[in-house]
Amino acid sequence: MNLHEHQSKQLFRQFKIPVPDGDAAFDSEQAVAIAKQLGGDSWIIKAQVHAGGRGKAGGVKIVRSESELQQVAADFLGKKLVTHQTDSEGLPISRVLVESLSDIDREIYLGALIDRSSRRIVFMASTEGGMDIEEVAATQPEKILKVQIDPIVGLQGYQTRQIAFGLGLAGDQIKQLAMIMNSLYQIFTRHDVSLIEINPLIVTQQGQLMALDAKVGIDDNALYRQKALVELRDKTQEDARELEADEHGLNYVPLDGNIGCMVNGAGLAMATMDEIKLQGGDPANFLDVGGGTTAEKVAEAFKLILSDDKVKAILVNIFGGIVRCDLIADGIIRAVKEVGVTIPVIVRLEGTNVDQGKALLAQSDVDIISAEDLEDGAKKAVAAIGGQS
Amino acid sequence: MSILINKDTRVICQGFTGKQGSFHSEQAIAYGTKMVGGVTPGKGGQTHLELPVFNTVADAARETGAEATMIYVPAPFCADAILEAADAGIKVIVCITEHIPVLDMLKVKAALENSGSYLIGPNCPGIITSGECKIGIMPGAIHQKGRVGIISRSGTLTYEAVHQTTQNGLGQTTCIGIGGDPIQGMNFIDCLELFEQDPETEGVVMVGEIGGNAEELAAEYIKNHFSKPVVSYIAGVTAPAGKRMGHAGAIIAGGKGTADEKFAALQNAGVATVNSPSRLGQKMKELLG
Repeated sequence: MNLHEHQSKQLFRQFKIPVPDGDAAFDSEQAVAIAKQLGGDSWIIKAQVHAGGRGKAGGVKIVRSESELQQVAADFLGKKLVTHQTDSEGLPISRVLVESLSDIDREIYLGALIDRSSRRIVFMASTEGGMDIEEVAATQPEKILKVQIDPIVGLQGYQTRQIAFGLGLAGDQIKQLAMIMNSLYQIFTRHDVSLIEINPLIVTQQGQLMALDAKVGIDDNALYRQKALVELRDKTQEDARELEADEHGLNYVPLDGNIGCMVNGAGLAMATMDEIKLQGGDPANFLDVGGGTTAEKVAEAFKLILSDDKVKAILVNIFGGIVRCDLIADGIIRAVKEVGVTIPVIVRLEGTNVDQGKALLAQSDVDIISAEDLEDGAKKAVAAIGGQS
Repeated sequence: MSILINKDTRVICQGFTGKQGSFHSEQAIAYGTKMVGGVTPGKGGQTHLELPVFNTVADAARETGAEATMIYVPAPFCADAILEAADAGIKVIVCITEHIPVLDMLKVKAALENSGSYLIGPNCPGIITSGECKIGIMPGAIHQKGRVGIISRSGTLTYEAVHQTTQNGLGQTTCIGIGGDPIQGMNFIDCLELFEQDPETEGVVMVGEIGGNAEELAAEYIKNHFSKPVVSYIAGVTAPAGKRMGHAGAIIAGGKGTADEKFAALQNAGVATVNSPSRLGQKMKELLG
């Protein structure tokens, strides 16, 4: 789960990380009221969406009067913002952040994430603040400073100094950076963060460090113990079909092709997509129905796949382990009838009681194409749509 | 021979009296696993599935001589359950549960580093030595005693490899599902080291997927230290970047962890790769004859 920038900055304030004065507005009048309260005659207004690249996409503007602020806020709100990190539809802007302007002397990147291979929280910093950090990592890896945190002892002073001197900070700024890194580490460990980023962390002309942007992602598996943060979830920023799948205990990711897939197990679901591609087709989705496949789940999965009108055929690939294939076959037949599937359905079943399962499919009055193995299933699915991908 | 577990391994279940624990303990017993008891705090002294229930893993280990445990407790309590098992000196700890917070696993891994315990999982189907001992949720019937070791990050893809090696007569020694989480217990290399030393294992099927660099590290290990034939498949060639594909660990992040990179690393290490999981068994048959 991701937080909006204004929510992340609120969290930063609680942990004493300096951020610009400002607040979120849900309509243009509210935006003007915030500006009045902030004072001054220029402000920055930032569209709040869960994607990077907002500045380049026109989602961040400096305004020099209240009327201009009101106009820009009205323009942003209710629209969708397309950035290089969103799809072509973009993400809806339901709120804007209005802030005082800051005098920028330097821009730094500072972030922390969980590094899988070292199994540690790792801090990363770079003098190339404001840039896409993945691009810096790819083109100038020597410009990224890293420290790994031992979970037993936590972040140490020498590690903050290593980063501070590496960034060329001096004097009081070294202490300021240590304070910010310690706060980030506290947020990370107390709030089950998976990624936390300040890009840019600025040095003002007065020599003060300040988080000009803020990005926080929370580990979905830990939401049960982060109830206060769950309240902040903005579902309008998430894919509606993925959310619906989630409610039914299904794992679903939409793709661009026209052969829908329904599979048990994440690895086998990916393998099914790959096999369709290998046979000259294009998968329409990733869908893992999970263990304990029931008729109800299968029916929900069919509905979800069919909600994508690009889909011209469905390949069902189930390896029945603990769940018997005859029960799965029965579930598929019932679901095809209940949902009223009219496009070709190709079914590959394997595992316990597979012969009884196949016999049920063959005897049923629904039109199902039976496949021998995954390769055969993918070939038949591609053939069913006339080899068109 | 086999690795980690065999017909004499004494196994307990944590979360024994719960629905999952009960069901899979029954299945394990039916397979021939030497189940010796289980743990459910507060139910110590009772009998369940004709086996003794204990309050703590320490009690169970002392009374039954248990060497392995399978954990079916809910995700919020798994870190505690794993650490309790390690503290009681259990050698093989198998955690099936999915959705454990990654910061819990980060701490558990650090704590287990010098414990002498092997952790398998979490978010995995478990481990089975064909015909001898089943600790996990895999269907026992598809397994057959034989010559191939199997290591996989995915449950149902493990079953594919097992099914094929049974069909073509190769059979399996031990199959380990190492799990789909970003931070897990045993990795590919830990398993390969044990298979290298097992005289009955003649070849290894290794099934990977997108995310992380465990396959690349395994490729490096195979190149320098592994003497037996390896057949490998990586799932997720068509997976879009930045999207989590079911497993918490299956994500291409920052352009890293793609299937293409992993295939290339494995091929470079002399591993026989297949572009469809349907061909894993056939390829291993060609290599072993």
